[in-house]
Amino acid sequence: METVLMKGNEALAEAAIRAGLKVYFGYPITPQNEVGEYLAKNLPQAGGIFLQAESEVAAINMVYGAAGAGVRTMTSSSGPGISLMQEGISYIAGAELPAVIVNMMRGGPGLGGIQPSQSDYFQATKGGGHGDYRLIVLAPSSVQELYDHTMLAFDLADYYRNPVMILGDGLLGQMMESVTLKPYVPAYPIPEKNWATRGRKGRTPNIINSLYLDPEKLYLHNQKLFTKYREIEEKEVRVEIINESAEFFFVAYGSSARISLKVIEFLKEKGINAGLIRPITLWPFPSATIREKVLKSQGFMVIEMSMGQMVEDVERAVMGQKPVYFYGTAGGIVPSPQKILAKTLEIFEGREK
Amino acid sequence: MVQILTRPESLTTTPFHYCPGCTHGIAHRLIAEVIDELGLGEKTIGVASVGCSVLAYDYFNLDMQQAAHGRAPAVATGIKRSLPDRIVFTYQGDGDLASIGMGEIVHAAGRGENITVIFINNSIYGMTGGQMAPTTLMGQKTTTTPQGRKRENGFPLKVSEMLATLDGAAYIARVSLTDPGQVVKAKKAIKHAFTVQKRELGFSMVEILSTCPTNWGMSPVIALNYVKDVMTRYYPLGEFKKPEGV
Repeated sequence: METVLMKGNEALAEAAIRAGLKVYFGYPITPQNEVGEYLAKNLPQAGGIFLQAESEVAAINMVYGAAGAGVRTMTSSSGPGISLMQEGISYIAGAELPAVIVNMMRGGPGLGGIQPSQSDYFQATKGGGHGDYRLIVLAPSSVQELYDHTMLAFDLADYYRNPVMILGDGLLGQMMESVTLKPYVPAYPIPEKNWATRGRKGRTPNIINSLYLDPEKLYLHNQKLFTKYREIEEKEVRVEIINESAEFFFVAYGSSARISLKVIEFLKEKGINAGLIRPITLWPFPSATIREKVLKSQGFMVIEMSMGQMVEDVERAVMGQKPVYFYGTAGGIVPSPQKILAKTLEIFEGREK
Repeated sequence: MVQILTRPESLTTTPFHYCPGCTHGIAHRLIAEVIDELGLGEKTIGVASVGCSVLAYDYFNLDMQQAAHGRAPAVATGIKRSLPDRIVFTYQGDGDLASIGMGEIVHAAGRGENITVIFINNSIYGMTGGQMAPTTLMGQKTTTTPQGRKRENGFPLKVSEMLATLDGAAYIARVSLTDPGQVVKAKKAIKHAFTVQKRELGFSMVEILSTCPTNWGMSPVIALNYVKDVMTRYYPLGEFKKPEGV
C-alpha cells in the first residue's frame, strides 16, 4: 500500500475514483476546487466521466439522474453552493437514490468567506432542503479519513439507498498530510440496483419519483423512510473516544476535534483528566455515547467553528444532568488551543461567566 | 378485420387525466409511436417535468424519472452521461422549460447533450391554474395578467429560435397539432429528433404548440383554431435547424 503526501480534497477525489465513481458533476467554488480539478484530470483515465455543470442546481440534478440510472455518482461544493443544491438533495432523499455529496464548509451566511467553518451543521443534519428526510453525515478529521470516509460513503449510500454527505471544512480540504492509499474493499454487500432506470428490457418499467399526490400514500412513504432512518440510527453510529476514563469531555468533530486534542494535552500538564468524544457520524448522532459519559464526568465542552449548532445535540443527549459548555468561532477563524485552554481553566477555577 | 392502428407498446393502458381538448394526449401518443417504430422502447428513459405532465410516467410504458421543476435537462444529462448507449428524452411544458428551467435547457443545448427534448408550448401555466408563462402572447389574459400581457410583463420568448443559434443544437423544430396534417408533420419532426439522438448528432428539440382550453377559457375546437390563427403568427412553424441526411 502506497503512502503519499496529499491534499485533503485530492485524497477524497482519489478515493472516489477507487470506489468506482462513474460520473462526477460539480461547479467550482472555493475551498473545494481541487476535488473537481483532480477528477477532471484523473476520472476519465479510470473510465469515468467528469462534467462541469452550469450551476450547483444543475449539478445536483445531474447527480439525481445518474443515481437513478444506477451508477456511482458524486458532487462536491461548499456552503453557498450546497445551499443551491438543497432542492435536489431533498428529491434524491425522497426518491431514495444513492449519491455522495461533499461539503467542504466555509464561513457564512450568504457569500460569507472562503476560510474554514463548521456552520453548515444544522443544514447537513437537520434537513436543509424541504420535507422530512435525513442524510447520513460523515465528519472526517484528517486527510486519511477524507480518503476512508469517501469510500465508506459510497457503500453506505448504495446499501441504504440514501444520500450521504461528507461534511469537511476548508482546513481539511486544503491541508496536506500523509495518506495511505488503501485498496477499495466494499464495507457492505452492494445490492443489485434492479430499481434503476436503464431501459425496461425484460421487465416492467422502473420509475424514479418522489411525487405522492394521495396523502395516505405520502404518509406511508414517510413511514418507510423513517423505518430506514431508525435502522441507520441503530447500526451506523460512529464515534471515537479519546481517554475513556476522563472526568471532563470535549465534544468536537472534524478540524475542531484535532484542535481539542492539543487542549487535552495542555490540561494533562495541569493535572486535569480531560478526554474527547468525536462524532464521526453527525447523523446519526452518537447521543447514547455521550449519555453513557454523563454520570462519570463533571461536564462537557463543545468546540465548534460555528456560533453553536452541534452543541444543541449534545445538550439533548446530556438532558441537563451535567453542565454543557460551548466554545465557538465564526467568520473562518480557526480556534486556537490556547484560547480554548483559557476558557476551560476559567470553568475549572469557577471564573466562568 | 384488418387492424390499422393499435395502442403503441410504449404507452400504458392508463387513461389520460388531461382536460378535454388538451393536446398532451396526442403528443404522448406520437412520442410512443416514434419510439416503437424506431425499436427503442427497451432502451429509452424518459424524464417527466413538473406541470400537467408530471404524471407522464403513468402513461409511458418506459423507464421514467420525475424531475424537479425546470431541471429535466440536467436530470437527462445525468442519465445520458451514465448510460450513453441509451435514448433519453425530456417532456417539458413552457413554464418548466422556458421560465424556471431556462438555464438548464440552454446549457444542455449548448453542450450538444445527446438528448431529445419535447417542449409543450401552450403559452400558459396549466397545472397551477393559468398564470402568465414566458411564452404568453402579448395581450393574452391570464390570472396574473388579468388585463392582458403588457410591455411591463416583458415579451414572449421564442425558445426554438434562440436555441437554434447554439452550435450544440443539432435539430430544432416547431410543430402544432391543429389538424391531421399538422399531426403527421409533428410526428415526422419527433422522429427526426429521436433519429438525431440515435445517430449521436447532438441536442434535438421539438416544440409543440399546444392547447389549454381550460385555462384559456375556450372550447376545444376554438382552442385549436386559436393555435392555428393566433399562436402560429408569433411562433412560426418549421424546422429551424436540421443536420444533413436526417
